[in-house]
Amino acid sequence: MSMLKEAIISVFGEEARFDEGQHPVSVSSCVVKRGRFAEAARVMKKAYALLAAEWAADETAFGRGFGIYACYRWGAEYLIVKTEVPSDDLRFPSLAKKFVPAFRFERQIQSLMGITPTGHPDTRPWIKFEDWPADAWPLRKTFDASKPMARVPGEYAWVRAEGEGVYEIPVGPVHAGIIEPGHFRFQALGEDVINLEARLGYVHKGIEKRFESLSWKDGALLAGRVSGDTTVAHSIAYCMALESMAGCSPPERAYWLRALFLERERIANHLGDIGAICNDAAFAFMIFQMSRLREMIVSTNQKLFGHRFIMDRVVPGGVTVDIDAAGKKEILTEMDMLSKDFERLVVIYDEHSSLEDRVRDTGILTPERARELCVVGVVARASGLNLDCRIFNPFPPFDQHHYLELDVPVLISGDVHARAWVRIQEVRESIRIIRKFLEDMPEGEIAVPVALPRPDISGFAAVEGWRGEIIYWLQSGPHSEVNRCMVRDPSSVNWLALELAVLGNIVPDFPLCNKSFNQSYSGHDL
Amino acid sequence: MIRILRQIFRTGVVTEPLQSDLDAELWEVGTRLEEVIRKRFRRSLTIRQVDAGSCNGCELEIHAMNNPIYNCERFGMHFTASPRFADLLLVTGPVAHNMEIALRRTYDATPAPKLVIAVGDCGCTGGIFGQSYASLGSIDKVIPVDACIPGCPPTPTALLNGILKALS
Repeated sequence: MSMLKEAIISVFGEEARFDEGQHPVSVSSCVVKRGRFAEAARVMKKAYALLAAEWAADETAFGRGFGIYACYRWGAEYLIVKTEVPSDDLRFPSLAKKFVPAFRFERQIQSLMGITPTGHPDTRPWIKFEDWPADAWPLRKTFDASKPMARVPGEYAWVRAEGEGVYEIPVGPVHAGIIEPGHFRFQALGEDVINLEARLGYVHKGIEKRFESLSWKDGALLAGRVSGDTTVAHSIAYCMALESMAGCSPPERAYWLRALFLERERIANHLGDIGAICNDAAFAFMIFQMSRLREMIVSTNQKLFGHRFIMDRVVPGGVTVDIDAAGKKEILTEMDMLSKDFERLVVIYDEHSSLEDRVRDTGILTPERARELCVVGVVARASGLNLDCRIFNPFPPFDQHHYLELDVPVLISGDVHARAWVRIQEVRESIRIIRKFLEDMPEGEIAVPVALPRPDISGFAAVEGWRGEIIYWLQSGPHSEVNRCMVRDPSSVNWLALELAVLGNIVPDFPLCNKSFNQSYSGHDL
Repeated sequence: MIRILRQIFRTGVVTEPLQSDLDAELWEVGTRLEEVIRKRFRRSLTIRQVDAGSCNGCELEIHAMNNPIYNCERFGMHFTASPRFADLLLVTGPVAHNMEIALRRTYDATPAPKLVIAVGDCGCTGGIFGQSYASLGSIDKVIPVDACIPGCPPTPTALLNGILKALS
């Protein structure tokens, strides 16, 4: 199962140096010369890989300059290709022409680290706003993040459309509903959207930089607040990356509890989304029914685990709350009630023709496009891409495929209905496997102590949150402190897909398309 | 259609059961809230929520205030799409550097007299994000704040309670 590694070795031979400091060992990291970085991408593309993430790390503390990392995925295999950039020549070859998601990753590298991707078609900053000082590169070690930033004059260069009857609709950053801020600019002709440009970055809170000033332990708290709706999955991903570096393996029971929390988070958020999608198609009945079920889940969370979203209950080394027999019984009763009501509502969703009229053939993301954009999670599975870390990069008990028999729904129509239906199927599966978890959960400890990681090593973890694959990459500094924490929320790749899916649809269908994607602003902007 | 009606009747009114402690508390807060809103806001308190940089946790709980269990509309409060109709701004934070201007403009667009409530630990103190190049910290660093509702995130009951406190 190391197709990508073999592909690299077959082309680069001895020249590709494999990094021993990368953890866990199942994820390889190789260093190639800067001049051949783009060639490595070509090899990966030929090997049918998808680009999962691309980021930069300031490694001047080790006396090395900067590192540019690209993480590729094919099936169950992750491969990180790194190239080194000397401090006196801050450039690297762009991968944007080979992998579409590199388009934004590289703009982000340029904006926040100040390393130029040569050959990149778009030089506008991303996340960094035009009113930041030009030399503010917050991810560099020389940048003092504790001081507030001055503002300078500047304006974002929007993509323009001209012609008779073409008009523009600016939306945001403060939206009409109770949602996060972001700006969307539509160019429309009549009712048809001919271009949509999203501009994000409004909720950039300097999270990646903040990690560097926190201890490894406190990092888990921050990870739980990268995107509040996905707090469990983010904490698990952070903790797993740290545990792999520290050589710590949490007890079996802790993993099972994490899995239980993860699935409860998935159910709660999917219920909310299914209701909200129907609401945006003017079927308010469903949002009230679904939010009632959602409330049932989160109140039980509060009762059993002490927090409605189970925030801060996953810590490095394990978890902080256990479940007893009474708690198990309560969840089982709750699952029975949920399942019964949910199935009734699914029938109503399925039979409601006016709803069907809105959700079918709306906001189509074709399978070809989904693959080109390397989307992940619900969005990918609604467009024919069979990706799920619970299958391909599992932690216990997900790794026991024969025991769980997890059925991952994959649809190919790529419309709003497909994304809603994937969620419906996933809720059903989550209910089923939660019952299994409760039945067969092993006894034992729920946490073990975690040692400090050695200096200059890195850790990687990918976890399937309810939106999709979340990736954390951690690097320890010369004194075993946090040197870099890279966070890749599913939203970082999926936002671009929304912009393309909405083309050719009518303006009033945008909220519906947007809801069916429901990407995180905070997780994207960091 | 018959299925929809059946489900509606089967569900019944989920809003008001008074059995558990939580519901009793909710009911108490709600009644007092309703009274204050009736007196001071002519039965309707209009709220505009502004996310100035939160992680979306507070937003989920503010959403939950609108669900059938908490159903805040029965107390005379509702959420509006525009700050121009708002009596109260419910602001979550910390204030991101990139949101500062938008937050100030929203505040200016809200007609006086207006109330501002900072929601969540981050909105009240800056929380784990603190003050940095990208985060200005608590809401009161940018606009005047009348009351704070701490919590990470505050529960819907805590939100109702906090709004009541701010009004009285």
